[in-house]
Amino acid sequence: MGTLAENILAEASGKSVSPGEIVYAGVDTAMSHENAALVIRWFREIGRERVWDNEKIVIIFDHRVPAESIKTAEGQKKIRNFVKEQGIKHFYDINTGICHQVLAEKGFSRPGIVLVGTDSHTTTAGAFGAFATGIGATEMAGVWATGRIWFKVPETIKINVEGELSKGVYAKDVILHIIGHLRADGANYMAVEFDGDTIKNMSIASRMVLSNLSMEMGAKVAFVYPDEKTKKWLEERKAKPYRFILPDKEARYVDEYNFDASEITPKVACPHTVDNVKSIEEVEGTEINQAFIGSCTNGRLEDLREAAKILKGRKVKEGVRLIIGPASWEVYRDAMREGLLDIFIEAGGVIINPGCGPCLGAHQGILASGEVAISTTNRNFQGRMGSPESFVYLASPAAVAASAIEGKIADPRKYLR
Amino acid sequence: MGKVWKFGDDVNTDVIYPGYALKVTNPDEMAKYAFAEVYPEFSKEVKEGDIIVAGKNFGCGSSREQAALCLKYVGISCVIAKSFARIFYRNAINIGLPVIELKETDEINEGDELEVDLNEGILRNVTQGKEYKIKPYPEIIRRIIDAGGLINYLKEGKNV
Ligand code: SF4
Repeated sequence: MGTLAENILAEASGKSVSPGEIVYAGVDTAMSHENAALVIRWFREIGRERVWDNEKIVIIFDHRVPAESIKTAEGQKKIRNFVKEQGIKHFYDINTGICHQVLAEKGFSRPGIVLVGTDSHTTTAGAFGAFATGIGATEMAGVWATGRIWFKVPETIKINVEGELSKGVYAKDVILHIIGHLRADGANYMAVEFDGDTIKNMSIASRMVLSNLSMEMGAKVAFVYPDEKTKKWLEERKAKPYRFILPDKEARYVDEYNFDASEITPKVACPHTVDNVKSIEEVEGTEINQAFIGSCTNGRLEDLREAAKILKGRKVKEGVRLIIGPASWEVYRDAMREGLLDIFIEAGGVIINPGCGPCLGAHQGILASGEVAISTTNRNFQGRMGSPESFVYLASPAAVAASAIEGKIADPRKYLR
Repeated sequence: MGKVWKFGDDVNTDVIYPGYALKVTNPDEMAKYAFAEVYPEFSKEVKEGDIIVAGKNFGCGSSREQAALCLKYVGISCVIAKSFARIFYRNAINIGLPVIELKETDEINEGDELEVDLNEGILRNVTQGKEYKIKPYPEIIRRIIDAGGLINYLKEGKNV
């Protein structure tokens, strides 16, 4: 009689469960990126010789690729050595892409599994129906040692979205709209289930945007129900065994929210919190210095296509820096074959290699004090993309492209008529 | 006993520990980056045993464990908040930094002296002469905290 979270945890712990209870679950996939260096340190301290299963650990370099400093280079070297030492089968070096995208592309994000990652946006894999959540490095060392983890069975809220999206309105606007209503802690400790026609009609890439950003309202996991589209994706990716686990009809939800997609308009999350959501009209005209299209939130092919539609034959405003970061090698290659990269270059954009890029303010496009950026990423906290005196607005790829052309925050709808 | 450093709602991990310092691994150095960009004086003025008291959703944002580690390394003995973001909550416990959920944090002022007794489940505000009951931890969390964190717990040969 469970929600999706309850049903997966029941399966993983081998007993029936109810919210609030602590359960012990076996882990199917354990993902880390460069912070595996810290995990290794704790793992060594625990003192086990071998990891519990070298086929279930996935390590993907994405946060600072190629290494931007000696410290990072040393960390990456340490991880590469560890991968060899332990025979870790699934290791992706600097030429693959952002962890959450790579997990999906390589078939690790699968329905019904327990997936933990040392990255908060691990919730992204919930778009495939996985119980996927972020943990810290110490806890990951524990998983590497034992293959097990404790969870408090979360309560679940259900979010229904029905109706058709208007032109110029995307999954990004839908989820920003929802976060604006539920606020930054609206789903804290909870599981979220997305349901409704709008979600069913969304592409896999768009569903990933929802699960990705749900983290910003505190969600522990954020599910889209697996369906035919999911199945097709998994088969194309030769994903390992998976099970379609769904919620029961009698499942109990602590809250239910209904949204009408046709009423949602382009949204912007304003500095310095993701729940500071406004309609684009309210901030239109705000001058910008940088525009970034990329990240695990909106760096997929459909995002680049939308941006290219608007940038085609146009130029980025003088004095504004447009940075494009494809989410993965695969996206990069496809965008190149489709001619999207040409469009960006002609417009005056700078294309960076797949990876997190400027999203976390570590390299590749750091903001100076007083500067303003509009970005397709998922966080606009103070200092997130550079100086603590800079300002980050979050929006859809189309809105960022339109803003890059005008040099100020602009409504994408006028370019899409 | 520790002196209170008061914070508001939604204190995020980018503010607690800046992204550019994530490659730092040395504890003393990590301590220096606690709130480095936003409250540069914090790490210099904080004393061993001091306590952070905050509003709701403390530690929201990234999974970076450094946000909990830097507080421990800088000498913070305990974080008390109306609620925590879930990854921060787990990280703190796993590295052996006690975290306490308390609805009444608005009543506590900056600079108050607090005494925390986890065994008795009591928080005393010595300055104001008030007492609060703390909700007991679930069994597994208590065992991890008692061991001084997850690493020690696993070192003792136990399993989750
Ligand atoms: S792109 Fe940004 S949000 Fe996504 S994993 Fe990288 S740093 Fe995190």
